[in-house]
Amino acid sequence: MLLAFIPLRTILLTIASRGKPVLEVIAALLIGLLLGAALMAGWGYDPWKAYLALLEGSFGNLYSLASTLSKATPLILTGLTFAIGLRAGLFNIGAQGQMVLGALVAVAASTLRLPTGLHLVVALALAMFAGAAWSLPASWLKGRRGISEVISTIMLNSIAVWLARYLLLHFLNDPQRGGWISIMAGPSARFPTLVPGSELTYSIFASLAFALAAYWLLWHMVPGFELRCSGLNAAAARYAGIEPQRSINLAFILGGLAAGLTGATQVLGRFPYSLDNGLTILGTLGFDGIAVALVGRNHPLGIIVAAVFFGALSAGGGLMGFRARVPLDVTYIVQGVIILAVAAPEIWRILRGLFPTLGCLRRGRERWNY
Amino acid sequence: MELLAALLTLAFQAMVPITLAAIGEIFSERAGVVNIGLEGLMVISAFFAVVGAKGTGDPWIGLVCGLGAGVVVGLIHGLISVYLRGDQVISGVGINLLGLGLVGSGMVALWGGPLQLPAALQVPSLPAPWGRVSPIFIVMLLLAAFTWWLLFRTALGLRVRAVGENPAPADVAGIRVERLRFGAVIYGAFLGGLAGAFFSLDWTHTITKTLPAERGFIALANVVFSKLNPLLALLGGFIFGFFDALSFWVSNVPGINRFVPWQFVRMIPYVATLLVLMGAIGRARFPQALGRPYWRE
Repeated sequence: MLLAFIPLRTILLTIASRGKPVLEVIAALLIGLLLGAALMAGWGYDPWKAYLALLEGSFGNLYSLASTLSKATPLILTGLTFAIGLRAGLFNIGAQGQMVLGALVAVAASTLRLPTGLHLVVALALAMFAGAAWSLPASWLKGRRGISEVISTIMLNSIAVWLARYLLLHFLNDPQRGGWISIMAGPSARFPTLVPGSELTYSIFASLAFALAAYWLLWHMVPGFELRCSGLNAAAARYAGIEPQRSINLAFILGGLAAGLTGATQVLGRFPYSLDNGLTILGTLGFDGIAVALVGRNHPLGIIVAAVFFGALSAGGGLMGFRARVPLDVTYIVQGVIILAVAAPEIWRILRGLFPTLGCLRRGRERWNY
Repeated sequence: MELLAALLTLAFQAMVPITLAAIGEIFSERAGVVNIGLEGLMVISAFFAVVGAKGTGDPWIGLVCGLGAGVVVGLIHGLISVYLRGDQVISGVGINLLGLGLVGSGMVALWGGPLQLPAALQVPSLPAPWGRVSPIFIVMLLLAAFTWWLLFRTALGLRVRAVGENPAPADVAGIRVERLRFGAVIYGAFLGGLAGAFFSLDWTHTITKTLPAERGFIALANVVFSKLNPLLALLGGFIFGFFDALSFWVSNVPGINRFVPWQFVRMIPYVATLLVLMGAIGRARFPQALGRPYWRE
């Protein structure tokens, strides 16, 4: 009965008229999940069972919902790193290395003796600073030497990993825990837990605040406007008096701040509150941000939604692996296919040609865009 | 002396994937299509080369499987970037992630984890003045010369470069822009596939999901260093391969750990890549239409 009051037709028409990008992204997500299922079947797993477990593990109850949100927390930030770069016309894939250094510095800062609250703030600030500092060589190489940031950020990622392993082993190592993991951050430097018994902490608010600040800076302030201008048309921006190197620097620094904060959220907001020498605690969060940014259409608000989707994929992955014995790496396949589908928007025009019923989407748009 | 010979042998091995992938990428970029998915391309080929070799018990059939996998990845990238006029760089990132997932889950599904190849499934090496050399090394030399000849001494090469510089006049002159670009991407992926198969069957004799360890990106650095010239890519490949080998070699020098921590030794290839790029004389001039899909007006 209640369904009758939901203006379904209006909602559908609105999506059809204003939301073509949204529809494209949703279709890309579906393609990713479908091909992921096909591949699981190919490797001999049961995709239906796997996806049911995935859904239950990500939205099934309060605990899994909290788990999804906690997985989304870092993805919002690394998604922003990539998105801000892309808005400035840069392909910044250095979030991984900047995050590693952020996490390292956060662990180091946790040894300071400061009161609760202030300690966390100082640790976060230092971690963000470290992330930004690690992005500067790429910015300099790009602006002064014309070296593509694709190459330089990847090299800096690898260098960061080995640097972090060295420093962890020699300066932050905890011999009482077998030597494979760093010292544990003290309670005064940790994020307080939001949902008891889960990994969701107040770090999600740090993430959201950063996303909103990035939105404000990019769309409501002059430096952000200049940054986006450089990204849209570098030559025109330079002609209008916008210094290109300044926009490049700003994009790299903002991205580095976000990535550094990501590292801090992982070591100060989750058990075991430390960083292992293999850096497995950080996983590939830096690279996962690329898919998040692309699905979120490089907009801070879109990224928050996209991060929840990928966070669910990651949170439910555990139960999926347990119930259907699917290796966790399957989620990379889903991510990869989604990115490939997002890369080619033309595919939708061809699909509309094949299935004329979908043509209403475009007609709707034309009617509503007067 | 013996240590130096070992270093040289290692360098000649390490340069093969970096050079092969770079030569393929040069051809593809000359036609106007960039592929930053070399890393994923190589790991997928390396994986299917092992699948083929293990399935048939013959490393040469494995090699062919690896090449086939490379071509399939090239088909995907070519379809997206040429016919669907998608974003080439984003497609490349997708391929990298696909490689990580495909190989990571495939390994577990087929063998329960990473694998060590028995000697019977390895590509046999040939004797050389400094030790042993891989047959793929010689193929690499031939392919570099062949690709250079193709690009700069044939009508086809002229067309490929025309399509990369400015596709519209080429189209007017009757050149099939899409077909040529698609072909160039496939050729590049074929060479990348060979590089990947070399990784697993010939060099490391193992398969993991991070087998190339950023060498796909070092190959991209080599493309820049060589200024899109296949013959210079041999020199660039040797330089990058040398530092790669140096990092293995240094870690085997007795007592080295007292002077330099091994973590810093492992950084050598990546730091060297940045330094070599910084020190490279002059900037590479990329084709005008690189990365831009072609729309007929």
